Amino acid sequence: MLNLLYLIPALPLGGFLALICTAGRLPRVIIATIGVGSVGVSAALSCMVAISFVSGPPVGHAFSQVLWTWMELPGFAPRVAFHLDPLSLVMVLVVTVVGFLIHLYSVEYMWHDDGFNRFFAYMNLFVASMLTLVLADNLVLLYLGWELVGICSYLLIGFWYREQANANAAIKAFVTTRVGDTAMVVGLFVMFYSLGTLQVQELMAKASEQWQVGSTVAVVAAVLLLGGAVGKSAQLPLQTWLPDAMAGPTPVSALIHAATMVTAGVYLIARTHVIFTLAPVVQTAVAVIGVATLLIAGFSALAQTDIKRVLAYSTISQIGYMFLALGVGAWSAAMFHFVTHAFFKSLLFLGAGGVILAAHHEQNMFRLGGLRRDLPLVFWTFLVGAACLSSLPLVTAGFYSKDAILWYAWSSDKGGIWLWLGGSVGAFVTSVYTFRMVFLTFFGEPRTHVNRRPGVLVGIPLVILAFFSIFAGFVELPHNLGHVRVFSTFLERVLPAANSAAAGAGPETLLQVLSGVLCSSGVLLAYLLFLRGPEHVRVLAETGVGSFLHRLLRSGFGFDRVYDLLVVRPFMWVARVNRNDFVDSLYAAIAVLTDTLHHCLSETQTGRVRQYAFGIAAGAALALWMVVFR
Amino acid sequence: MTPVPMEHGFLLAGTLFCLGLVGVMVRRNLIFVLMSVEIMLNAAGLAFVVAGSRWAQPDGQVMFIFVLTLAAAEVSVALALVLQFFRRFRTLDVDSAAGMSG
Repeated sequence: MLNLLYLIPALPLGGFLALICTAGRLPRVIIATIGVGSVGVSAALSCMVAISFVSGPPVGHAFSQVLWTWMELPGFAPRVAFHLDPLSLVMVLVVTVVGFLIHLYSVEYMWHDDGFNRFFAYMNLFVASMLTLVLADNLVLLYLGWELVGICSYLLIGFWYREQANANAAIKAFVTTRVGDTAMVVGLFVMFYSLGTLQVQELMAKASEQWQVGSTVAVVAAVLLLGGAVGKSAQLPLQTWLPDAMAGPTPVSALIHAATMVTAGVYLIARTHVIFTLAPVVQTAVAVIGVATLLIAGFSALAQTDIKRVLAYSTISQIGYMFLALGVGAWSAAMFHFVTHAFFKSLLFLGAGGVILAAHHEQNMFRLGGLRRDLPLVFWTFLVGAACLSSLPLVTAGFYSKDAILWYAWSSDKGGIWLWLGGSVGAFVTSVYTFRMVFLTFFGEPRTHVNRRPGVLVGIPLVILAFFSIFAGFVELPHNLGHVRVFSTFLERVLPAANSAAAGAGPETLLQVLSGVLCSSGVLLAYLLFLRGPEHVRVLAETGVGSFLHRLLRSGFGFDRVYDLLVVRPFMWVARVNRNDFVDSLYAAIAVLTDTLHHCLSETQTGRVRQYAFGIAAGAALALWMVVFR
Repeated sequence: MTPVPMEHGFLLAGTLFCLGLVGVMVRRNLIFVLMSVEIMLNAAGLAFVVAGSRWAQPDGQVMFIFVLTLAAAEVSVALALVLQFFRRFRTLDVDSAAGMSG
């Protein structure tokens, strides 16, 4: 069964090739069958692979499949090879299953779009690339997948490229992540230069043998890898591209900019965790970046009006939690939050897509409202997602995953009270903005007319994802509540277990109660502020400080403004001044000189025979003179 | 009868050649240009003859006969061209055929 591993990425790739080669000449039903079917079969295959992996684990809990040697160089021969271990298995399962559900949803969502074929071709390519990324056996192949998902993200953000704003958002996303990618590729060079291999397992083994803890080379490599992860996962300071990336179709936002691609950075850090353990400074930096990002993005989400932008900021913030977990060494907690986040965030995005579809593509929450009677299915599933995001205690998956992170932020030997405090404040803010979104969209007075109800293809993914958002949490329960450790035991074969310095059921229960109280009070606050008394918010926003704060949060703490001033404008200025590239002027001068000489010479072509005769005579005289007198 | 010194012969040939050359360069009438070319050819022929007589070689006179044939052939072609020229431009001014300038 495991030998069929290569088919998992190959099928979506085949789907992409089939769709792109036929260029939309097929009927829509067949396009949808190819597009959804390839990912669906791949999801079924990965489930079967997972079952056989768990029931009969291969030697060392890792299975490698070498397809061919990519390129053969002396001392460097990267292979196209897949490496399946618990970590990549979890990623593969999430990518294919969530990917399949979102593909299914897209059939209805994109049915009337002109680019139906193009959409499914890009989506299939994305799934294939993402699977290559997570299954890659060496960092070169991983980087190939890394760049391919980047290009798919670019293509899909700019899917409706006829609008300038969408094209700009696509370019912004591509260029911003490119900053991180460059750091990452330099990091690969550093590691190859120092250790002579890029094969992940070999690299990790050699690194822990040859590098000292805290040595310069380890720190440099870790910082550069972190740069790549920060760019891809939209963390501080490269987070600005993700809110704009919402210009793409909603299923794209759900698949690429919530569930899978943006968590590639988390996967990268978990995959190369040895290097981060060897550079404790950088690992602390990961945690600090995570906390800072989750706070900044959480507060920014409070003031957004566009439902998709709220979700985008919330994604940034939730990935911040994953970074926090990675930073305190709670590797499997990070992966657990990745899994639950993939379910509930794609559920929320798909729900938002249902709302947008029903309300004439209206995305402003203040013009929506009262939709819970018209769209009951979307409302209930969205509510499940929202509860999960704001981690309502005991019933939701989000509670268990976020609680694990907060617990390790508190108790791990790399954690501390400040990291925990940041995470807890973030959790409070999360529940406020989440339920602000729910109340504004689904409660209150109806402010929009519902023109169509979502059909069965939208409904099925919503229900399945809602199911997972609740029940995916029960594979991992904390010590004091059932103590189920299925997920972390599975992952601890590749990722080391977190060290809890201050273990004990007492403080853990206390922290859980505290976060439960915080989350519920957040919901209550959102209810009071946005449903009961919206006029208080309006009054508050009209005071001087209030309006300043509102504008600050609305603009995501002005990062765009700062980057615009510091990077974009100077660059555009240089581009404008140097419109005719000054390096070219040398070559232009040669052209001008030749042209001038040509004109001078062509002046002598008068067409008058007598002048030619004179020229011949003068030339003959000169030749004679030279022969005789020289 | 004292032979004409070689220098005199060459001087005459050179003078004739220069006269012909100046004629080619300054005359605008095609017929006169052709006549000037004839003069230059004959100057060259004269130089051959003078040199042949100086070194008592027959080659000089052989070359003159060649020059003579050449001149005859040249004139026959040139006169045909002059006729065509006149038909096209209705004048014999060489400067009127300056259409290939630049």
